[in-house]
Amino acid sequence: MVAMNVLEFSFVVMAISFTAGYLGSLTGLGGGVVVTPALVSLLGVDLHFAIGATLVSVIATSSGAAAAYVREGFSNIRIGMFLEVATTIGAVCGAALAARVPVNALAVIFGVVLIYSAWLSAQQTSKPHADPESGGVAGKLRLAGSYPTASGECAYSVNHVPAGFGVMAGAGLISGLLGIGSGALKVLAMDHVMRIPFKVSTATSNFMIGVTAAASAGVYWSRGYIDPGLAMPVMLGVLLGSVLGARRLAGANVRVLRLVFAVVVGALALEMIYSGLAGRV
Amino acid sequence: MTDDTRIEMWLGNLLRAGVIVSASVVVAGAAWYLVRHGHEAPAYHTFKTIPENTDGMRAVLSGVAQAHSRSLIQLGLMLLIATPVARVVFSLFAFLHERDYLYVAITAIVLGVLMFSLFAGHTI
Repeated sequence: MVAMNVLEFSFVVMAISFTAGYLGSLTGLGGGVVVTPALVSLLGVDLHFAIGATLVSVIATSSGAAAAYVREGFSNIRIGMFLEVATTIGAVCGAALAARVPVNALAVIFGVVLIYSAWLSAQQTSKPHADPESGGVAGKLRLAGSYPTASGECAYSVNHVPAGFGVMAGAGLISGLLGIGSGALKVLAMDHVMRIPFKVSTATSNFMIGVTAAASAGVYWSRGYIDPGLAMPVMLGVLLGSVLGARRLAGANVRVLRLVFAVVVGALALEMIYSGLAGRV
Repeated sequence: MTDDTRIEMWLGNLLRAGVIVSASVVVAGAAWYLVRHGHEAPAYHTFKTIPENTDGMRAVLSGVAQAHSRSLIQLGLMLLIATPVARVVFSLFAFLHERDYLYVAITAIVLGVLMFSLFAGHTI
């Protein structure tokens, strides 16, 4: 690899992060999840520095996008806050584990989660909604809500609250372990397990990602994973890329970009798994 | 518009403002950092705990006062991390205002976990 100085290195990292943020925002997978393997595979950045820098960019993109989601009226603040109990506790445990899991094993886990997340977000098949009358735990917690559709407000309720809470704790654990938003897993918990409408799940998931990431950030910061010299270009690049990705031109061929991104994600994931198994991380 | 929607709207704008402010501070720090350290060699291949990172808020603020560019970036990153935390704090007050004590308790638990991570994260 060519030796770069800090200026050149920062611009290369920013360009990679910008591309990841742009494609991640267009395809709905999120930009952060590909920045880490790209930094590790292409630039030889240490995995712990990469996950620390990526986590920061996750907070930036989810917080920046929250206002737009709220305006659409899909997010549910009660579901979000209740499930954040699970994701934040999971995230703190995951962040604590990140220092204890051998770095090569961490790389393998990362690759597997990357492929699984990509597969999940490619599915986008929504399960039927929960019956609006369903009571139980969801009733006690007043989790039911409604969202705007073309034919007026559509009421929904929430099923399988304990199971959803459990999957959320797992999503938080993965988020804290790998420094990613794990939005795909959060949507899985809400959409597939709790039977919350897909649009409500994605909007509420975005709202939760920032808080979950902040819960990992405290642990990461005290460990020194968040290096300002690396986090700076990653955060600015991903943020700029995802803002532009969200305002993409109507003519942009999303289907082709999706395919390109899927190939890139798959290649990066396999590279991570191979490096981890070969003990080269 | 329901009360919940109004609160969420306000919180959404709060989050965006937090991102804009923290990104601006990071950009300022970045410009300063690249001017000062742009010619040096980056060292991210081996992971080392960096003392200034583990020192926390006081060290960052004193670094900013001494015009350290990396401290200015760190200040921006701290503001960014504080942004979702602020959202939880304001949600707590919103639920208090609505006298929704169940959700005051739920929000307090989330805030407690965040505070533990931010101020006692080094203990685990």
